[in-house]
Amino acid sequence: MADQIIFYILGAIIAIFSILAVTSKRIIRSATYLLFVLLATAGIYLLLGYNYLFAVQIAVYAGGVMVLFIFAILLTNRPGENVKTELPVRRVAAGLTALAGVAFCGHVIYWNIKKVSTLVAQSDLTPQQLGHTMMGTDKYQYLLPFETISILLLACIVGAIMIARKR
Amino acid sequence: MGDLLTNLLAGPVPIEAYLGVSLIMFFAGVYGFLSRRSMLMILISIELMLNAADINFVVFNRYLFPGHLEGFYFTLFTIAIAACETAVAIAIIINIYRNLTSVEVGNLDQMKE
Repeated sequence: MADQIIFYILGAIIAIFSILAVTSKRIIRSATYLLFVLLATAGIYLLLGYNYLFAVQIAVYAGGVMVLFIFAILLTNRPGENVKTELPVRRVAAGLTALAGVAFCGHVIYWNIKKVSTLVAQSDLTPQQLGHTMMGTDKYQYLLPFETISILLLACIVGAIMIARKR
Repeated sequence: MGDLLTNLLAGPVPIEAYLGVSLIMFFAGVYGFLSRRSMLMILISIELMLNAADINFVVFNRYLFPGHLEGFYFTLFTIAIAACETAVAIAIIINIYRNLTSVEVGNLDQMKE
């Protein structure tokens, strides 16, 4: 029962703040609402039992990406200026697209998913299990994507410095 | 009334509830992507969409594949990729701001000479 209450609180936070983030007139407020959405998403990962993912989400997203966003916003905007929005026709079309998408995907979910899901209790993931799975080379183990991500990170560091350096 | 609430809240959270939350987050991102002119707002909408997809992966892993870890690791790598992509996108936006003093997508209409 505590699971359900916590889920409803986190779900309400995510729904309300994500809608506020995309309809707010000031961009710093959007960034703050996005931060709350990311923290609530980390809470959902913890509720489902994945504590490593909870820590990674907070460290990378709430701690890294949001700092990048705040820097970028403060470097490129005059504070207090409102966010420009598209023409009203385009906004209405965007709203209709989003609502149509919600209706379609919502129908698919509520029609199909109930038939196939169960929730079995699962023991916590131990660090040994995580380590073996991330660094192993057997069938369901992830050493190759891990190394590929490290090359991607290197490429992004070099690329970002090259693009944004002072001429 | 207390009995009603306790009966209503018994049992595990149904999977459709998690998917409904990620649905709202995803289409809020779609609306923000299509209706905003500032590049940083568009990036914020992209982050919302990516996080909604991550919640879906994790929920499917937990409910439909209890012993496996594929969804968990996919989400982990998606978080890393999204962070890289945001860093490079923000570097590009800062470069654009240096040249054009504006981050509106409507102003980006000329190729380099």
